[in-house]
Amino acid sequence: MDLAPVRDAAPRAATVDPVLTRPTAESPDVDAKEPAPGWDQREVVFDLADIEVRYSGAPAIRGVNLQVRAQEITAFIGPSGCGKTTVLRTLNRMHDITSGAEVRGRLTYHGEDLYGPRVDVAEVRRRIGMVFQKPNPFPKSIHDNVAYGPRINGRKRGDVGDLVEHALRRAALWDEVKDKLKQSALGLSGGQQQRLCIARALAVEPDVVLMDEPCSALDPIATARIEDLMQELKAEYTLVIVTHNMQQAARASDRTAFFTAEVDDSGNRAGQLVEMDTTEQLFTQPSDPRTEGYITGRFG
Amino acid sequence: MSTIVAPTGGSRLRPGPASRARKARNHLATVFVIASFLVAVIPLVFVVGFVISRGGSVFGWGFLTKDIPIIDRELGGGMKPAIVGTLVITGGATLMAVPLGILGAIYLNEYGQQRRLARTIRFLSEVMTGVPSIVMGLFIYVVWVLHFKNQTAFAGSLALACLMLPIVIRTSEEMLRLVPDELREGSYALGSRKVRAIRTVVLPHAAPGMVSGALLAVARAAGETAPLLFTIGVVTSTNSSLFHGPTTALSFQIFHNATSPFQGAQDRAYGAALTLILLVFVFTALARVVTAFYARRATAGD
Repeated sequence: MDLAPVRDAAPRAATVDPVLTRPTAESPDVDAKEPAPGWDQREVVFDLADIEVRYSGAPAIRGVNLQVRAQEITAFIGPSGCGKTTVLRTLNRMHDITSGAEVRGRLTYHGEDLYGPRVDVAEVRRRIGMVFQKPNPFPKSIHDNVAYGPRINGRKRGDVGDLVEHALRRAALWDEVKDKLKQSALGLSGGQQQRLCIARALAVEPDVVLMDEPCSALDPIATARIEDLMQELKAEYTLVIVTHNMQQAARASDRTAFFTAEVDDSGNRAGQLVEMDTTEQLFTQPSDPRTEGYITGRFG
Repeated sequence: MSTIVAPTGGSRLRPGPASRARKARNHLATVFVIASFLVAVIPLVFVVGFVISRGGSVFGWGFLTKDIPIIDRELGGGMKPAIVGTLVITGGATLMAVPLGILGAIYLNEYGQQRRLARTIRFLSEVMTGVPSIVMGLFIYVVWVLHFKNQTAFAGSLALACLMLPIVIRTSEEMLRLVPDELREGSYALGSRKVRAIRTVVLPHAAPGMVSGALLAVARAAGETAPLLFTIGVVTSTNSSLFHGPTTALSFQIFHNATSPFQGAQDRAYGAALTLILLVFVFTALARVVTAFYARRATAGD
């Protein structure tokens, strides 16, 4: 399947890596090599080059250059207002529905320009799922919440049952809800609702799952469950998680990007990427003093 | 917490002077609120009681099924033509105004938002709410009745629809605004397009409130007299057609009969008033039941 609904019959230019046309992320280059734990060998899923996001003309974050790699958990950390959520929302074009928001720079997904002229936004969001900060189940039954995505993507009413069960199992929620699938999702606890939202995102079979502070509204037990879940999901999906909980980033992620917000010469407060590294490296030997200050609790 | 000592030095749990004053103010406010409610209810009880006591004597099955006497002086008779007329005219107006108003509200809240066109429409719709109903009637009289040279239920429907439209737009937009953005985003994040998100998430969430708004408009329209004066004509026998021939309505019959000097006509006026109140009541109750059913279905799944 392709992001663009209509494509030229002519073969694509060699500069564009046609990864999107393949069903799974199996780059021959990667397969040829040893599946080493070394992170630089993993396939690049998102490549952000000089990304800037403006709200009504005022830049919220700028100059972001980073890469997100397949089958890893990438964490975005930083103080409130540093633009980490803003960057996350560029990855599935969520800014398209915010009036006044504008994304500049080049952002590729498996080598293909995510903001290209013929890219189908609905297809982008189907492939790149999102879990929100506040659990936002639809006011429908548990079953219908999970079935929602498959249905809008063309599944018939009858054959979603297995898919719903599979997604709920993947989200470690099945055992808790299997006897009450017809009940309203709003009757679940906060942690269950968030896992339902994860199940709902998984049910459309995405490649990537973006999580925007998925545990900030949850207690430590529910948080631990979601973190366990993330570790399981990483085998199949690429995960990007925004968190302002450094312990969570340190515990759960493979690679961490640290953002901060600074006031520039003209008085605008805009976020920026300070550094990005493997989580271990960033938390033990940060290269920027601001990162060190943040992770040791001296500011932020 | 030995550092915090009650000012009186006595019990910590007994109210101090400041607390007593707050308590008194609280009581006062409660009494005021309850009194205001009772005052507001008095006219309602009075009107309904008056209409029931005066109209109850003529109201009955015969009243609902008999034609209106041609001569005002005659006793008895019924209001069937007016009941049918009111149902046809209001029904026609509802069929025009409610879908159009809801679609308009969807445009305003989901598409137009703060664009110039949307702001203009919103402003004009607010102005339209304030236009006197007789002006709406006059407008339809000039552009429709005079043009086609006949008075019909449809002309009345048009006038009532003009009156209902801004109410429906306003209440529906308000309801759409109350739908949390998180739900829209949740739907978009699963790959739905705008129309799909609106149909599957936004509208079900806003539907109960929209029905209430539509009902408000229907109830208002059902009781309107002025827009019908020029547009529907007068008959004393039933005309159930929307497009052919003149008809009559309960509100118009109330006006016509109550201002007549004859006892029979005045009785019929109160009977018609009671019928109208009951009609609006039945429709409101029905719509509430239907909405509650759908709201339950929407939250419990289908």
